[in-house]
Amino acid sequence: MMRYQGLLNFTFLLFVTANLWAKPIVICESCEVKSISEGIKLAVDFDTLLVKKGTYKEFNIIIDKPLTLIGEDYPIIDGEKKGEIIRIVSDGVTVDGFFIINVGTSYTTDYAAIRVVKSENFLIQNVVLEKLFFGIYLEKSNHGKVYHNKIIGDAKDEYNSGNGIQLWYSHYVEVSNNIVQGARDGIYLEFSDNITIDNNKSTGNLRYGLHFMFSDDDVYTNNLFEDNGAGVAVMFSKGIIMKGNTFRKNWGTASFGVLLKEINDAEISDNTFEENTIGINIEGSNRIDYKGNNFINNGWGIKVLGACYANSFIGNNFMYNSFDISYDGKLNDNVFDGNYWSDYTGYDLDKDGIGDVPYRPVKLFSYIVNKTPESIVLLRSLFMDIIDFSEKVSPVFTPDNLLDANPLMTKVE
Amino acid sequence: MFKILKYSFYDLIRSRWSYVYFLFYLLLGFVLLFLNNDVSKAIITLMNVIIILVPLISTIFGIMYFYNSKEFTELLLAQPVKRSSIFLGQYLGVAGSLTLSLVLGLGIPFVLYGLFKSDAIFDFSLLLVTGAFLTLIFTVLAFNIALSNENKIKGFGYAVLLWLFMAVIYDGLFLMSLIIFKEYPLDSFSLGATIFNPIDLSRTLILLKLDISALLGYTGAVFKKFFGTDQGLFVSIFMLILWTVLPIWRLVFVSKKKDF
Repeated sequence: MMRYQGLLNFTFLLFVTANLWAKPIVICESCEVKSISEGIKLAVDFDTLLVKKGTYKEFNIIIDKPLTLIGEDYPIIDGEKKGEIIRIVSDGVTVDGFFIINVGTSYTTDYAAIRVVKSENFLIQNVVLEKLFFGIYLEKSNHGKVYHNKIIGDAKDEYNSGNGIQLWYSHYVEVSNNIVQGARDGIYLEFSDNITIDNNKSTGNLRYGLHFMFSDDDVYTNNLFEDNGAGVAVMFSKGIIMKGNTFRKNWGTASFGVLLKEINDAEISDNTFEENTIGINIEGSNRIDYKGNNFINNGWGIKVLGACYANSFIGNNFMYNSFDISYDGKLNDNVFDGNYWSDYTGYDLDKDGIGDVPYRPVKLFSYIVNKTPESIVLLRSLFMDIIDFSEKVSPVFTPDNLLDANPLMTKVE
Repeated sequence: MFKILKYSFYDLIRSRWSYVYFLFYLLLGFVLLFLNNDVSKAIITLMNVIIILVPLISTIFGIMYFYNSKEFTELLLAQPVKRSSIFLGQYLGVAGSLTLSLVLGLGIPFVLYGLFKSDAIFDFSLLLVTGAFLTLIFTVLAFNIALSNENKIKGFGYAVLLWLFMAVIYDGLFLMSLIIFKEYPLDSFSLGATIFNPIDLSRTLILLKLDISALLGYTGAVFKKFFGTDQGLFVSIFMLILWTVLPIWRLVFVSKKKDF
């Protein structure tokens, strides 16, 4: 017995020395430590856990110390649909290089592949998630980074699927270079301020590619949102910057490149909106600068519903949209200046690159389509061209001060 | 029938008007491409031209040809030739030469500008198919009008009216009824109304390719099924065929009974 005790002490001593030398705890199928949970239990603060290639059938892994988990050659963590897989409840945790599958589905609990709860300075990177419910779920966690992950869902119905990356009451987080497909909402933010969303690809999601509400001062740059059920929806937020994003192929009756509702003091610049049913749908949004955006081949370039004041549209390209701009009423308080319109038919006699006749972007037909949606089948008919022309000459139904006084002759590069 | 077809066809191919028509499209194609330098944009402009001009020219050409060759027709009627082959031959001769002018006139500039390398090739072929159908339809409608009206001036008037009605007035009435009855579900009605006008039908067919994103903006199951799937394409093409075949059948039927 004593002999065994000695051995145990020796092993313990070995562990401590190992830790002193910051040697990582190695986890593999044939090692001493066979599961990740076990490894975490053995580890002390600031340890590194090296997980070798293999399949680990585990769930409810709770990381409660500042640890670094590194997967070698993408070890698989299989949750077998039993529940949540990794839960981080400590500051300073890094999770790097895992392949996590089979998150449990529940109608009462939002099970996630990786959930971060009330922790700071976390880093989640190079993780591949498949067969998930929720993907990466940040809950009241600040100052972290979600980098270069791949989330591939197979969501079929909205009621029993979850979001790819979800932030809830989390501030100062960077979400970049991720790929999210086939989730309910690709990236979802609620009550999360000062977030940077950069260079992500959110495609083929069931509902929204990006969805955020009550999240102020966030920056969205160089992301791609394509073929999502309802495009991108942003609501009830202030001080948003959206730059260099691409919104493509969001088709459907309630599908938008971007839906803006109650967004104030934002900047939307250098984005591309291509082949969407509606490029941007604006409702109750004020003081937004739209600059240098491309609206190409959309059904509606911009659809303005009620209560949008003091917005400015300067230096954008509107090309080959069925309707460039559509307005609901006769009131206009927005500025259109120096844009390029592919439908512009005026001339430029003084050769300064600016058309000599103002352009009226709102067609009477778009007004008629708002009133009687079925009349969309008359699009591009001669009769419509005739009445559009007469409306252009003397505006009766569309706001008469809505015009671009300096339409460009060539498109903005 | 083929002899008469050949005769009419060669007669027309040699005529000045065929050349003018051919050169017009050739010029139009080159100018459009030269100004736009973008095949897909040119196709949109071309669509507007095709759905307005092709019916107009086919109608007028058809009715003129029928009245002008009346004496020749009467001469043929005295011969032991089947009546249906006389009229069908003449009709196919006219429609064939018009279609040829259209397809070649537009095809040559687009091919030269690198159509085969562009992904707009399907849209373009659809445009040509639609143009060909419109030629066939409006020529046979013109023949029908001419056959039923001995009086040239009257026939000519009816033909122009037919074009005006189909191209402009029909859509006006259509839109008015949509606005008046907007309280009712109108999606089936509006699709139905589109089908009963070959010009609208061709327009829809092209819109299916060009403006699909806007068409899908309307909430309605019938619309969605029609525009969102291939059903729209098949129904439209089927209706265009019907629009061609039925007037031809009437032409044959009436010409058999008519007392010349």
